[in-house]
Amino acid sequence: MELDEKFRFLDHTADAMFQAFGRTLEEAFANAVLATVSLMWDPGKVEKRARRPVNVEGMDLEQILVRFLGEVVYLWETRGFLTAAAEDVCIDPSGDAFRLNAVFLGDDRPQRYEVFGDVKAVTYNEMKIERGRPASVQVVLDI
Amino acid sequence: MELVRKSDFVWEIPPSGQMKVPATIYASSRLLESVRNDKTLEQARNVACLPGIQRRSYVMPDAHQGYGFPIGGVAAFDMDEGVISPGGVGYDINCGVRLLRTDFSEKDILPKRKELLAEIFKEVPAGVGKGGVTRLSRSVLKDILSKGAEWAVESGYGTGDDLQMTEEYGRMREAGPDEISSRALERGIPQLGTLGAGNHFLEIQKVSEIFDPELARIFGVQAVGQVMVMIHCGSRGLGHQVASDYIELMTGKFGTRDLPDRELINAPVRSPIGRQYYASMCAAVNYAFANRQMITHWVREVFSRVMGSSKGMRQVYDVCHNVAKIEKHMIEGRQREVCVHRKGATRSFGPGRSEIPEVYRPHGQPVIIPGSMGTASYLLAGTAEAEELSFGSTAHGAGRRMSRHEALRRFRGEQVRDELQKKGIELQSTSWRGVAEEASGAYKDVDEVVRVSHEVGIGRLVARLVPLAVMKG
Repeated sequence: MELDEKFRFLDHTADAMFQAFGRTLEEAFANAVLATVSLMWDPGKVEKRARRPVNVEGMDLEQILVRFLGEVVYLWETRGFLTAAAEDVCIDPSGDAFRLNAVFLGDDRPQRYEVFGDVKAVTYNEMKIERGRPASVQVVLDI
Repeated sequence: MELVRKSDFVWEIPPSGQMKVPATIYASSRLLESVRNDKTLEQARNVACLPGIQRRSYVMPDAHQGYGFPIGGVAAFDMDEGVISPGGVGYDINCGVRLLRTDFSEKDILPKRKELLAEIFKEVPAGVGKGGVTRLSRSVLKDILSKGAEWAVESGYGTGDDLQMTEEYGRMREAGPDEISSRALERGIPQLGTLGAGNHFLEIQKVSEIFDPELARIFGVQAVGQVMVMIHCGSRGLGHQVASDYIELMTGKFGTRDLPDRELINAPVRSPIGRQYYASMCAAVNYAFANRQMITHWVREVFSRVMGSSKGMRQVYDVCHNVAKIEKHMIEGRQREVCVHRKGATRSFGPGRSEIPEVYRPHGQPVIIPGSMGTASYLLAGTAEAEELSFGSTAHGAGRRMSRHEALRRFRGEQVRDELQKKGIELQSTSWRGVAEEASGAYKDVDEVVRVSHEVGIGRLVARLVPLAVMKG
């Protein structure tokens, strides 16, 4: 089954609010990465030539989502790495903490691309996570 | 929600439910309309429920929905029973504005305006991901976090007079660089001395109207047509990371129970984690002061080269828009120390306050309110009434009224530039899309915002400034 829509932006006065969808929670998280980077560059134009493993843990799904998307901003600001997509997202809810592993594909040559926006932070504001199949997440980014 | 009209520009949400104090909104009926369309009032009410809140939860005339606290929210908390909240300061810690006066007039500048703008554009790194000029070591960065603009002046960027004319004299002494996470330091290293994107800008402006000649003169504004420079930027990724880190740490410690919004997470002011957040926030404040100090220096260098001189380019003042401070205020007839949160609000201290520079002390501090890109900005003066009415605070800008996506649907960057050009305003930006998002049509009317501030008495009109050239980050 192909998804009709990977993500959608909703109206928010000052910042950016989106919903991302997936057949699984993992896919919704990966599409949330696409929504986030779409505010900074066109992910379709970024060459997937480098891989960055991402591992985060948190006390609940909300926290791992905030940290997961925060990695996009962190890799960009500190390494100049432009994420084009997230792959192999795996969420492990067993044990004391939630864990997430994934790989970001993208390019670390920022001068080759048009970067048109800034994401300052991933917030918990109005965050919603639907775990079913299909799954969805809603996130507000401070931009 | 019950909203009571107290006068033309004052509205109140009386306490109900968990509210410990009322919420007061300063707005004209037109501004109130836009505030009612989003979650501003609900957020002001949530703030009124927090432990140890004093007097009222205040909403400034330019308010709009934020996270946890509204943008344009002011709240003060008791030092013993009250709290400090990263969401009450915001992600862009010490996002702020600096205003420089010059001895140039509009006619001196006009023929060289394009050149000035192009040179400033080259000199001041802007836009997303544009690294700063220097690759810093962690130890130098920590020095900056502890000393703020003082570090910049010691390193040859500007003069001691600039420090005198900066809120906190350019340095919050309670800063604790060692409380800052490694991740925040990493984000801070490449971005020192950069303007950043979004609503941040640098403008060459002229004085278009003087409302209070006496105060204007004291602030260094002599005549209509006089050229000014305004710098609007903050603490960049370092400040954003500090906010994120402490929201996480406080959530880990206190959980999310009883919070209507996770972004309202807070800690007792004097708890270990409350103190750590305050020390980290002060460090991020210092980073932003150093940032604006360095940019000031480069702007003066460009004026020296292009105009032949930067003499007379004295700093009027530099104000924080997103900050928490420990201040003394009269509460129920007694002077008490409280932790004042200003999120998207400017300190507006009146005559006599020891925190403001000696030259301004008899008159009240300069309050700088930037408009949206290409519209007017204002210079106001702080008032004694503001201390009573808003813990010495007023508005911080125009305030958005349209989402960025809506703005992108309605405006095109090149078209915005052409329209500005017709009005005689030059524009240079790293991104046309960014220009469309910041089009003035997406913002509230700043003239209305400052009129309310003046009428309510929380900030008196001194002068109106309009742009001649805009560099958008």
